[in-house]
Amino acid sequence: MKVKMLSRNPDSYVRETKLDLQRVPRNYDPTLHPFEVPREYVRALNATKLERVFAKPFLASLDGHRDGVSCLAKHPKSLATVLSGACDGEVRIWNLTKRKCIRVIQAHEGFVRGICTRFCGTSFFTVGDDKTVKQWKMDGPSYGEEEEPLHTILGKTVYTGIDHHWKEAVFATCGQQVDIWDEQRTSPICSMTWGFDSISSVKFNPIETFLLGSCASDRNIVLYDMRQATPLKKVILDMRTNTICWNPMEAFIFTAANEDYNLYTFDMRALDTPVMIHMDHVSAVLDVDYSPTGKDFVSASFDKSIRIFPVDKSRSREVYHTKRMQHVICVKWTSDSKYIMCGSDEMNIRLWKANASEKLGVLTSREKAATDYNQRLKEKFQHHPHIKRISRHRHLPKSIYSQIQEQRIMKEARRRKELNRIKHSKPGSVQRVSEKKKRVVAVVK
Amino acid sequence: MSSSRAAESSLLALNQQEELEDLPREYPLSTSEDEGDSDGERKHQKLLEAISSLDGKNRRKLAERSEASLKVSEFSVSSEGSGEKLVLSDLLEPVKTSSSLAAVKKQLNRVKSKKTVELPLHREEIERIHREVAFNKTSQVLSKWDPVVQKNRQAEQLVFPLSKQQSIFAPIEHVVSGWKARTPLEQEIFNLLHKNKQPVTDPLLTPMEKASLKAMSLEEVKMRRAELQRARALQSYYEARARREKKIKSKKYHKLLKKGKAKQALKEFEKLRKVNPAAALEELEKLEKARMMERMSLKHQNSGKWAKSKAVMAKYDLEARQAMQEQLARNKELMQKIQVASESAEEEGGVEEEGEPFVPDVVNEVQVKADRPNPWMFRNHSGDTKEAEVQGDPEELAEPAAQEAPESEEEGPVVAEEILLKEFEERRSLRQKSGLNQIAKPVGSQEAKDLSSQEVLSELRALSQKLNRESHQSRKQELSSTRTVLAVQREEPAGEEEEPLLLQRPERARTLDELEELGKEGCFQNKELPRVVVEGQQLERNPSNHLGVPKEKKRKEQMIDLQNLLTTKSPSMKSLAVPTTVEELEDEERDQRQMIKEAFAGDDVIRDFLKEKREAVEASKPKDVDLTLPGWGEWGGVGLKPSAKKRRRFLVKAPEGPPRKDKNLPNVILNEKRNIHAVAHQVRMLPYPFTHHQQFERTIQTPIGSTWNTQRSFQKLTMPKVVTKPGHIIKPIKAEDVGYRSSSRSDLSVVQRNPKRLSIRHKKQLKKNSVD
Repeated sequence: MKVKMLSRNPDSYVRETKLDLQRVPRNYDPTLHPFEVPREYVRALNATKLERVFAKPFLASLDGHRDGVSCLAKHPKSLATVLSGACDGEVRIWNLTKRKCIRVIQAHEGFVRGICTRFCGTSFFTVGDDKTVKQWKMDGPSYGEEEEPLHTILGKTVYTGIDHHWKEAVFATCGQQVDIWDEQRTSPICSMTWGFDSISSVKFNPIETFLLGSCASDRNIVLYDMRQATPLKKVILDMRTNTICWNPMEAFIFTAANEDYNLYTFDMRALDTPVMIHMDHVSAVLDVDYSPTGKDFVSASFDKSIRIFPVDKSRSREVYHTKRMQHVICVKWTSDSKYIMCGSDEMNIRLWKANASEKLGVLTSREKAATDYNQRLKEKFQHHPHIKRISRHRHLPKSIYSQIQEQRIMKEARRRKELNRIKHSKPGSVQRVSEKKKRVVAVVK
Repeated sequence: MSSSRAAESSLLALNQQEELEDLPREYPLSTSEDEGDSDGERKHQKLLEAISSLDGKNRRKLAERSEASLKVSEFSVSSEGSGEKLVLSDLLEPVKTSSSLAAVKKQLNRVKSKKTVELPLHREEIERIHREVAFNKTSQVLSKWDPVVQKNRQAEQLVFPLSKQQSIFAPIEHVVSGWKARTPLEQEIFNLLHKNKQPVTDPLLTPMEKASLKAMSLEEVKMRRAELQRARALQSYYEARARREKKIKSKKYHKLLKKGKAKQALKEFEKLRKVNPAAALEELEKLEKARMMERMSLKHQNSGKWAKSKAVMAKYDLEARQAMQEQLARNKELMQKIQVASESAEEEGGVEEEGEPFVPDVVNEVQVKADRPNPWMFRNHSGDTKEAEVQGDPEELAEPAAQEAPESEEEGPVVAEEILLKEFEERRSLRQKSGLNQIAKPVGSQEAKDLSSQEVLSELRALSQKLNRESHQSRKQELSSTRTVLAVQREEPAGEEEEPLLLQRPERARTLDELEELGKEGCFQNKELPRVVVEGQQLERNPSNHLGVPKEKKRKEQMIDLQNLLTTKSPSMKSLAVPTTVEELEDEERDQRQMIKEAFAGDDVIRDFLKEKREAVEASKPKDVDLTLPGWGEWGGVGLKPSAKKRRRFLVKAPEGPPRKDKNLPNVILNEKRNIHAVAHQVRMLPYPFTHHQQFERTIQTPIGSTWNTQRSFQKLTMPKVVTKPGHIIKPIKAEDVGYRSSSRSDLSVVQRNPKRLSIRHKKQLKKNSVD
């Protein structure tokens, strides 16, 4: 009797070395795998739910300051090092891996208004209410030495902010005017003004490094060119801008944190209309910082929360708050784009994950593949109502929640009034102005 | 006059300057003035004259000569008083106006035409212009980033950090070299280290080692290093071993160790004797000395404390007895006088050989026992024994172990009975064990089925052996057993053969059935399509004729038919009672209708609608579910189809749904697809980036999971948009990163190039500030 045997080519199932992966024969015939859309939908739903389950963004609180934290600075070369200045003139240097303070300096009398590190990471600068600019060594004093600044510059007026050039030994301070200093000199090499109000912050453009942006208390944002030693343009907004931050990947884009609860992203070549208005905060926005990837930014607000916005979205994707966190004064996104730090009124610096549900540490390749797949599924089905609802759901403190409701009502009322005005006036006599244009009062050349 | 002089001088100065500018740099201003050589003088003179001749008075004045002079003018020819002669060639040159004159004229005109300078612009205005220019320039500079930004925004994937960092390795010595000891403790430590010439930085190598390393080539260094490492490792290993061995308390171990050493020494001695007799003699002497020492001492006599205690115990304790015997043996050994080494070795061997037979039987038994439970070993033995049987050793039957076999051969004739008894004992023990282990298959695997019968057999065999040494019976037994085995084997294949037959028969039948079915199906399938077509045709012709449809449908179709009649036949209806004029009118109307009909001959809207409705009804009907899995329980593949029986079995008939809501509404199609439960999960509005609902649907319908995609495409589909490396600093984008040339001028140098203006500005600002 002849017996028929199944025979297979050993090449199709024998691996060459034992280190190779076992070949798993798969049949991708779509008829064998039906219901692809419902199955993927369920997977997406589960992924979204799990994302919310694992969303535990708070990592650590660095406590040690004896007054509100007024400014933060990143170390340009070391991810683990963070500098912070407090309202009592104290500067602390922290080690994030140990979550400990490694150095304390009594830098100023009164507030430390601004702090910035040199691009090489060997020293840092502070400005304070005592009208001084001080340069400090990044390393602590060696044995037997006293804690002393490398240089001290005594100015005529109070400096309210400082920023260092990204490539050269130049730094800029602001106060009555924007001064640009050479590190070697005791007088500014250039100083620029436009208007007479005090300037609250100045920032160098990280890409085209000769550009500066500043914001003053007379509601304007002024751009300067350091090489031509002249201001370029000024835009006046509805309310005062507290700080600005340049996008580190797009040379002409910056975002302004405004007192009117909103953030405005501008293209500096076309200041008459903001590229995007980011709204979600319910109180003044005090600080803003871009992620090093240039895709998101984080904002700190007086409403005791920080929010993360994608640059191209007007609504935030994430809000972080804790019961004990008071008005957040300063915020920074770490240079590896994984963490966020915020300093608040109640003397603490908090460390958050930039991506709330991300698993920290090394991922195996399978884990990575799974997270990527889940991420893509969430993106694919993001418009489906259930998934949208779950992914958008956040718990908010009652104060913020009620304020949001209130704001919504106010906004709706304003809109209705405008519509009514248009309806009851002669056609064409009342022009509708877009929301973006409304916020810009004027652009001064 | 004086004013003209002044003008002249100024013009002169101007001209001189022009000349200077024309002149190359090598001629400094001073030399040309001071030397005053004739050539320069003449030129100067010429120029003066030219200028003075500009206004008419002067020219005339110069033309008339009051006294003899050496000066020669080209405007007035004079040969008197001059040493030079007039040459013809001079006269031949054309009289032309000098070009310089015209230029000067032009300049003068220009100066005259200029009016008063306008007032400078207001400072603020100037600043505004400055700002505007600067802004335009900056925007231009920035616009070079546009393509980069666009590209990054649309990129499928961005990997950060953008530029690869080269990691720099600095040896620890270099890092530490910059560091100095400051605290007293540190200094003390450093002093100590320096005193001992200990390496401060690299703890592995001393300066000597370092120097030697430097002197060698790389490979040598490597070799040496490896050697050093090996040596260190070996040293540490031996140290550890020695320590470990030192710690061992077991006397037995030490005894064994000593014995081993003694043996080793003996071997070496043997070798030495062959190679170096003199050294061997020395060794021998040593041994002799040891013997003498032993003789002197009472160490291995029975007189010691330990020996006495052992002697008491020896009666009851086997170990103690053995120990005593050993001691005595040692004593004997040591006391023996070594005459010739070879003899002693032989003697030793003899002793060893002698020792063997005194090994008690129980030990052997244990060995056998130890062997037995191992089926593999056992099978081999059985095989061996079988062979032995075939060769003609009848006493040896099943079991004896391989080691035992030769012994028994030797002693066979002497102690046969004893062996037999032993065997019995072994069997018994084995049986006991087999009860536990279930491994005991005494002879061959085929006989293992029946244990009890085997026992009987073996006992019988034993008896027969006892009675008669010849193994006819046993051989018969073997034969019979093999025969039975053969029978069984024969039976088995038969069974096997039967089984497939049994199994196959129905299958074959089934396949036949299948074939039939297939044929039928083929027919059906072939028939189905045409039938549908025919149906459609029939319906179109006369729907009421259709047979194979349920009643409801029939009724509906009847209704539809009625409608059809109403719509189509109404124009052709005629009544005789209507007057002719109307008829004429009707004729006209009919013509019109005819025309319209002709015009829209192609599209019959109502029929289309009905067709659509019919399709909708068909589509909404619940369908039967075919759950057959091809290849499940039978062969599958291309060209094979599951059997009709199977398909019938796994076909889930759909239940009759509720009646349609538009059953009685001829002109309406009600869509019953909308599922209220699913609505909550469906997208209501077309989301932003999509412009058509089909786009969106397509993106949703293409699966991205690895269930539906190959590994490669799965990876591609699930590629994350932004990838960051943990622990790496992401720096802002640089011009070099994207292939642009970054500006070589530093911002600082540009600022410092015009510090004067800035400082003035600054001063003004400061002043203003102070005033404010």
